[in-house]
Amino acid sequence: MNSGNGERGTGNGLSAEAKTEIRRLISQFPQRQSALLGALFVAQDEVGHLSPEAIRDVAEAMELPESEVTSVASFYHLYRFKPVGHLVIQVCTNLSCTLMGCGRMLEHLRDRLRIDVGQTTPDGRFTLRTAECLAACELAPMLLVGDDRYGPLTLEKIDEILTRYSEVRGPGPGAR
Amino acid sequence: MGEPFLLKYVNEPDQGDLEAYVSRGGYEGLRRGLSMAPEAVIDEVDKSGLRGRGGAGFPTGRKWKFIPKDPAVTKYLVVNADEGEPGTFKDRTLMEGDPHRLIEGIIIGSFAIGARQAFIYLRREFPGARDALTKAIAQARATHYLGRNILRTGYDLEIVLATGAGAYMAGEETALLESLEGRRAMPRLKPPFYPAVKGLYMQPTAVNNVETLYHVAWILAKGHEWYKAQGTPILVSVSGHVERPGVYEVPLGTTIRSIIDLAGGIRRGRKFKACFPGGSSSAILTEAYLDTPLDYDALPKVDVPGTMLGSAGVIVMDETACMVEIIARTVEFYRDESCGKCTPCREGTVWLGQVFDRMLHGQGRPQDLDLLSGIAKGMTGTCFCPLGESVPPSLNASLRFFRHEYEHHIKTGTCDVKGDRGRP
Repeated sequence: MNSGNGERGTGNGLSAEAKTEIRRLISQFPQRQSALLGALFVAQDEVGHLSPEAIRDVAEAMELPESEVTSVASFYHLYRFKPVGHLVIQVCTNLSCTLMGCGRMLEHLRDRLRIDVGQTTPDGRFTLRTAECLAACELAPMLLVGDDRYGPLTLEKIDEILTRYSEVRGPGPGAR
Repeated sequence: MGEPFLLKYVNEPDQGDLEAYVSRGGYEGLRRGLSMAPEAVIDEVDKSGLRGRGGAGFPTGRKWKFIPKDPAVTKYLVVNADEGEPGTFKDRTLMEGDPHRLIEGIIIGSFAIGARQAFIYLRREFPGARDALTKAIAQARATHYLGRNILRTGYDLEIVLATGAGAYMAGEETALLESLEGRRAMPRLKPPFYPAVKGLYMQPTAVNNVETLYHVAWILAKGHEWYKAQGTPILVSVSGHVERPGVYEVPLGTTIRSIIDLAGGIRRGRKFKACFPGGSSSAILTEAYLDTPLDYDALPKVDVPGTMLGSAGVIVMDETACMVEIIARTVEFYRDESCGKCTPCREGTVWLGQVFDRMLHGQGRPQDLDLLSGIAKGMTGTCFCPLGESVPPSLNASLRFFRHEYEHHIKTGTCDVKGDRGRP
């Protein structure tokens, strides 16, 4: 399994490796549908987002209608139906982070990346998103770059973080 | 009161290794638990007085007693590790720093209720905890603390680590079970059937919070008398406008004032304005309530409906916080996280959001305050689950304590609180 977000698999569908991993997930549970959330992440990690082909392959592996798979996937925040950048930046905007000034941090990120929340930089490196309480309020205001946690943020720290990840070549840690 | 123990080892860098954990007395609770009868384990937890640390505060021993004894019936233990109540970060801290103790608590609890399979439902946004738990499970399986014939007692247990996918709603236990079954995280009707009777896959299921199971591991290791002598400790997450935000271990009943002092007091010598004492679902309290003990029973008794210990996420606000903005942000959160199953929550949160939007854009109307109260009333006691019911308490409390701030917004179209304008 690769954790990057590059376009892989066959024609935006799933590789044999991914299908094997989904079968392994299914075998952990008394009922196979329990593996659906995990299977969707396997697909998303491989393809980069939940393409129609990825949904089709997950449905087939899970023995579920595509409509059910789409219905479940669309309920949760962390599934993406469109391509995203190599690195997803999630800025917490819940209460503790709001109190500690996340609005200014988000503003700064928008200015620096020249994109709005929900958008991806033209070079495909960063996607900017907001997130609800990430349970790291001791670091407020905080954000995640892929899986990496940063806080308490200042405008200077954000500049440092962006510089660090802009220097990394190829796909970064990705948002698992 | 003794030394803090729940947090004692979370900063030890090697605590996630089985060897280090065992050398510090780890898995002693499991050894003792498995040498007892399952009923005796439940009794031990019952006598400790432990109440669930997820928010509802239900006595853990009693919850386990509801699980049918019939050995022919398949039972499950499910760990609610979907910590997402705004202002709460104690479970994440425990799992990242001391992962084996969760495994130990799970095995003890599963043994007590007769489960052969347990599931951890972990927030997907906790990659550090996921790595720590994956390693702990693998190490425990490799050394007969987990798997077949645990500690040669003949008891078998498998633990499956599953993750959510981003849904605050999944923190509610029946919605969590739906999600764990691979569906949308929408709550199930209860009563008549609670998870203890019909839970995961419609089998009897104990759903326990992460911190709760840490308490269980310690209670079994040291006994209920020792535990009670420690002053019934709880973990409190303190955040917002304090000097040293973090997780603190305090005896149940410590006052809000002392907890803020522990966290270094209000930042930069500013003045306390209000706090959420138990996460965003508990009604905000003002200075007059600072000497209220943080306790299951004392908080609901104050004259602010809907205030509670909850998850003990204390979010502190100083005088720079605009209460209209803060409550607006709270409303938006519940609006975005509402599952849409019931009308009062789905529609009420949207309506409230619209009213707040216009107030914060200088277009508030004098009748809006009554409108807010009216919608809040319509959402009280009418929602399908606690999510929607969590909105009115703080809204009502803010209308009572900070009405002048709302009125100023409406009258002048501007805010008179000199704050950081942190709201995105």
